Amino acid sequence: MLRIARQPTSIVNFYFAGILIEAQAGDSVAAALLAAGHGVFRITPVSGAARGPVCMMGVCFDCLVQIDGLGNQQACMREVRDGMRVEPQDGAFDALPARPVEETP
Amino acid sequence: MKDHYDIAVIGAGPAGMSAASLAADHRASVVLFDEQPSLGGQIYRDITRQRAADTAILGAQYYHGKILAKRLAASAVEHISSASVWHVSAEQEIGVTVDDEVAHLITADHIIIATGAQERPFPVPGWTFPGVMNVGAAQILLKSSGILLPNPVFVGTGPLLYLIAHQYLRAGGKIAGLLDTTPRSNLRAAVRHLPAAYGQAEQLWKGWRWLRDLRKSGIPFIRAVEDVRIIGTKLAEGIEYKANGSWQHLATETVLLHQGVVPNVNLAMAAGCAHQWNDTQLCWHAEVDKLGHSSVEGVSIAGDGAGITGADGAETLGALAAIGALTRLAKIDRNACIKLARPLHRIQSRRAPFRRFLDTLYQPAAQFRLPVDDTTLVCRCEEVTAGDIRAAIRLGCSGPNQLKSFTRAGMGPCQARLCGLTVSAMIADELNQPVAQVGAGRLRAPVKPLELAHLAALCDPE
Repeated sequence: MLRIARQPTSIVNFYFAGILIEAQAGDSVAAALLAAGHGVFRITPVSGAARGPVCMMGVCFDCLVQIDGLGNQQACMREVRDGMRVEPQDGAFDALPARPVEETP
Repeated sequence: MKDHYDIAVIGAGPAGMSAASLAADHRASVVLFDEQPSLGGQIYRDITRQRAADTAILGAQYYHGKILAKRLAASAVEHISSASVWHVSAEQEIGVTVDDEVAHLITADHIIIATGAQERPFPVPGWTFPGVMNVGAAQILLKSSGILLPNPVFVGTGPLLYLIAHQYLRAGGKIAGLLDTTPRSNLRAAVRHLPAAYGQAEQLWKGWRWLRDLRKSGIPFIRAVEDVRIIGTKLAEGIEYKANGSWQHLATETVLLHQGVVPNVNLAMAAGCAHQWNDTQLCWHAEVDKLGHSSVEGVSIAGDGAGITGADGAETLGALAAIGALTRLAKIDRNACIKLARPLHRIQSRRAPFRRFLDTLYQPAAQFRLPVDDTTLVCRCEEVTAGDIRAAIRLGCSGPNQLKSFTRAGMGPCQARLCGLTVSAMIADELNQPVAQVGAGRLRAPVKPLELAHLAALCDPE
């Protein structure tokens, strides 16, 4: 995606669904993903529809992703950090996954 | 961060920056919470770290924010960024999470809510496809990251729509089209406000120049668009629009929607501040006095959060809210209050005719506020369609709170920010009642998501 001419800044590398993404320092996760050509951030829990960012200012909650294992993160409200692991959010985030049942001997 | 301040300001846009600086100048201890990593709000977003090589792209009005930021930096205000305020109570208690890591509960003798505006929901078929964004989002991408979205079609009405399209032109961005939904009848209604707005001829001239440049640029510029629907399967692929009675099509992967801005009311409503329906701006306005004081003692609302006045108005109203707070806290006396407030009130009343002109000219048409097609999603979070909502109303649902129980509309993570106005307006329309009578859905803290562990950590182990 096209960027206007700007004073240089440092490069930040992070992962989206395991793919290495190169971003500029100061980019939000949402901006960096859009710049890298990723428009789908989540799949809705109700109908399974694809969604991407709408407002870029923390209002719409359509850019929800998982960041470093934590779900329901607004991608537009978090700045990219080196080594950050971002995953698209598929349906509702399971905050309390079922624990494996311990077998009694 | 301290446990207590004289004045806490929420939001570092023009109103918040101006309020906080002025309050600190009069020896109040002031904290300024802002949700973004860097101050400026949306209008002056990333003003302190703006790196655009060509300042003409964002324009002089944007760089005015530097003056506010400098003044704030020189003050004793404690500015806390990446601070998400999720609670304000009538007891002047504030719940805030900083850096997504630690939640705090603090108190202030006076709270100034300066949470600004958000874009009005624009529910049309296909508005949920990835690639469909608000026009303001495109501007945030340009200000914060220098990004130009590919080949957008701009759709809607209002000064911000033309400004951002003009910024795309200045930046050398490609535009696939501009679909102007301003009804022709609005111009006739707005013209009568024009003579009084002459005092702000400079603003009129600027707007006229944007429109002239956009018309001359050779992009498809369609006026008086009566209806739109976004086409796609998984992603946006194009837009169909109806003008002069016939449907046309533009292919694009980016659609930028805009039907003006409305106050961001979630925090103020959750704090219990009374609001009234405004029939011209078609949104909720906070009930505030001439110094921004709300119906809740010790809580003021400044800037677009109380009613849309624009960036310059917000700056003035922020100062007035600070003057009010300082007077209540006896940091300044009654005479000083009058002396400081009078010239600001005069400036603000001079701006009023131009605002009336804008509000009338760019009032959104009914079909873009009340979805015509029953398959259009109204509540994006819980995926509730216009048809679902109309069916619930026909079953006897009489208000937005009851409608939540019937349909879940407004109960998702955005907490009705993108459907609240639509739901209230649809109920009013179906029942043939004024929106003021229908009311808004009840908003509650936490107004932003809060991790349970952060909340639990606030509990006193004793």
